[in-house]
Amino acid sequence: MNDLLRLEKVSVGYRPIDSEPVLLVNEADLALGPGETLGLVGESGCGKSTLLLSVMGYFKPGLERLSGRVLFEGQDLEQISRDGLQQLRGGAMALIPQNAGQALTPTLKIAVQMFEALRLHSDVPAVHWQRKSIELFERVQLPAPEALLERYPHELSGGQQQRVAIAMALAGAPKLLLLDEPTTGLDVTTQAQVLELLTEIGRTTQTAMVFVSHDIGVIAKTCQKIAVMYAGEIIEAGTQETVMKRPGHPYTQALLASVPRLGQALMPDTMQGRLLEPLNAHKDSCAFEARCLFAEPICRSQKPAMIDTQGHCVKCSQQASITPFQLPDFQSNEAAGSLAPDQGIVLELRDLALTYQSTGLIHRWLHGAPERVVADVSLELRQGQTLGLVGESGSGKSSILRTLAGLQPGLSGAATFLGQHDLLVPVGQRDPEVLRKIQLVFQNPDASLNPRQTIRQIIERPLRLYFQYSAAQCFSEARDLMDSVQLPYDYLGRFPGQLSGGERQRVAIARALAAKPDLLLCDEITSALDVSVQASMMQLLKMLRTQRQLTVLFVSHDLPVVGALADHVIILRHGRICEAGATGEIFEQPTHPYTRELLDAVLPHS
Amino acid sequence: MTRHSLLMALLRSPSGRIGLGLVLFHCGLALVAPLIVPYDFNAQSEVLDAMGPSLQHWAGLDTLGRDVLTRTFLGGRQALLVTVFGTIIAITWGSFLGMVAGLKGGRVDEWIMRTVDTFLAIPFMIFLLLIIASFGNEPMVMILTLGFFYGIGVVRLARAATLDEVVKDYVQSARARGERTLTIVVKEILPNVRDVLLVESAMRWSWMLLAFSALSFLGFGVTPPTPDWGLMIANARIYMSLAPWPVLAPMIALSSLIIGINLVADALAKALGLDRTQARVL
Repeated sequence: MNDLLRLEKVSVGYRPIDSEPVLLVNEADLALGPGETLGLVGESGCGKSTLLLSVMGYFKPGLERLSGRVLFEGQDLEQISRDGLQQLRGGAMALIPQNAGQALTPTLKIAVQMFEALRLHSDVPAVHWQRKSIELFERVQLPAPEALLERYPHELSGGQQQRVAIAMALAGAPKLLLLDEPTTGLDVTTQAQVLELLTEIGRTTQTAMVFVSHDIGVIAKTCQKIAVMYAGEIIEAGTQETVMKRPGHPYTQALLASVPRLGQALMPDTMQGRLLEPLNAHKDSCAFEARCLFAEPICRSQKPAMIDTQGHCVKCSQQASITPFQLPDFQSNEAAGSLAPDQGIVLELRDLALTYQSTGLIHRWLHGAPERVVADVSLELRQGQTLGLVGESGSGKSSILRTLAGLQPGLSGAATFLGQHDLLVPVGQRDPEVLRKIQLVFQNPDASLNPRQTIRQIIERPLRLYFQYSAAQCFSEARDLMDSVQLPYDYLGRFPGQLSGGERQRVAIARALAAKPDLLLCDEITSALDVSVQASMMQLLKMLRTQRQLTVLFVSHDLPVVGALADHVIILRHGRICEAGATGEIFEQPTHPYTRELLDAVLPHS
Repeated sequence: MTRHSLLMALLRSPSGRIGLGLVLFHCGLALVAPLIVPYDFNAQSEVLDAMGPSLQHWAGLDTLGRDVLTRTFLGGRQALLVTVFGTIIAITWGSFLGMVAGLKGGRVDEWIMRTVDTFLAIPFMIFLLLIIASFGNEPMVMILTLGFFYGIGVVRLARAATLDEVVKDYVQSARARGERTLTIVVKEILPNVRDVLLVESAMRWSWMLLAFSALSFLGFGVTPPTPDWGLMIANARIYMSLAPWPVLAPMIALSSLIIGINLVADALAKALGLDRTQARVL
């Protein structure tokens, strides 16, 4: 009984006034020894963050622990007084939040916030706070720690903010670090550095960690143990090695298969169906049953028990009949390089330069030439090709797309569409045909669909605008479009809020397709989605591309996704092209050091 | 939220029920008052002096011997007519201009907003008196003037609400499609700022009602002997210590209507989730 942390059948949920409690976390068992690292992985809404917070005895407003115990160093959190709990939080167990930029108070200097952490959670005397802070900053490898204390949070980069949050968490010399998606908002290279730092801290200080992430790659890289959550339940737990190599639960297998992998230009597998909700629906059945390939009648009538084989726990009653996991037989990206070069050029950029600043005469006179966010970008996109534009945040990749869509003015250079139309002019001065032929799909479908319009109104809008179809024509066309993005017809009457994230993105794609575009601009269209949804989105895009002979300009920060979809890749850095070429060549033999850095930062998935 | 469910949400809260009841009562009264009042509003009683409530005259008589209850029942008609249409006009032009300013931005926005600022800097009551003095106090003139002045503040509100929406991708997407400004305003933005405007119109209505009564009180609203609450209060004010009823009755009527409108606005804001102080827990 020397576990540092032990969760016994913890259920978290809320009690509606007139019905049974709704469980967000259902009887979770976990155990963690001192210095161990545990990864909790699952898709959005699976309850992983709720479970992590309950470890601290904290519940979001409205939620409560419905049953079970949380033991920290053998002590039941329920028995600890409010003050004692407050002392524990931030002291012996510290949380590192997902978005450090929001967790730091924007109006207080870093010093004030750092000293507060030291005052509350360490016995360092006030005179040494400064020295101790600097020491901690050095530990998390922050540059110029002295100057940093005098800065405000917004003056730091995302990676630096995350490091400050880690330093603050370390102030109380914690025995347990709780990390809630600590690298999700960061660029790949920064993410790799932060993960390395966390691993290093875990090793040198013997701090135990519970690491929550939707990214199984992150978990695999940093954790010794992995627990997989689905619909509020832990469905599989074991060592990193077993879970990654020999996953026992059908969900884990499907999850691993849906992760795009680098270097093979392969398409990931998709998972059927969608996450089950509400969570009470599967009270007496297996949570994954509806999507499971191995489901038997017993899965519907009986809740499976956790079966423990030498520390590898799997919650599935069909253990015996499940085929051992092997990476799915990926279909290769046959489109790559297979196109004849005599296809017409759809889009051509010559020395394109962009700026955020005003280019007005007075402004120029006062402030000099505007700073360029994008410079010297030249590229050629032929009919039927898919070009991936890869870069980290601030590389100017989205600016290029927005300019091509006419939402942002260009500064200099040339952008030609179909050999004759100038794309540096804004929307207002464009030919309606050009507007129709270029369609943009946005990153976040929550924002790109009007919440007050029905799906039918949304999809029919381009049909009315560009083709002046009659109501009947619109409706039949809308149904065809729903077919091609694989959504049921009855969704036409719904509002975007009634659809899941992946379904919304399908609607956004359907709206773009309604215009029968020649060029589809995709701005990080899979980034806001869960991996399994991302995989199905990639499948869909690939299918549509072949069916409709689409030319696609695909912007993403995610190399494996681009690798699976694009024929050609352009790597952007600080608004300039640092490498361009066929996808396979670039991924196999990168010549630019930055490309190599990016490729190295991509986490191994198997 | 559909109309039906909004009404249900309104009726679920006590303030919504009471408020809606008061407002509907006054509107109904304004419509049927001429049919149900016991006396002619202008008929003078033989008893000339102001008299307290009696069985014949439930709210007493005013100094000219006219029945106070009759005049109070009728006294809200002009005010309601002017303010209801005034509010509709104010909200319509104010929100449209505000949405255009927010969507267009740049020079258009700058021009519209600086003009709005100029008008807001002028004490509008004086302006109002000037217009009424030159064009008379016909209901049409009142509706247009009040509608104009009360729309100025709406421009600001609608612009602010629009600014929250224009940055969202669905508006960008409509722009990239090449939609006209008018289409974007009406089809994309309006449905999303509708809730704010709805609550604002209730607030505007109550303010306009107060302003109209103030004008009448000053003698600019309606022409005597037409019964009107503001005017009744002004006329009976000097004898208040001797005869409180002719002042109290129109006061109760006016305040109950304004309180009703405010309660509705409050309940509306809560039902639509615009009231941030009421953090929703699941």
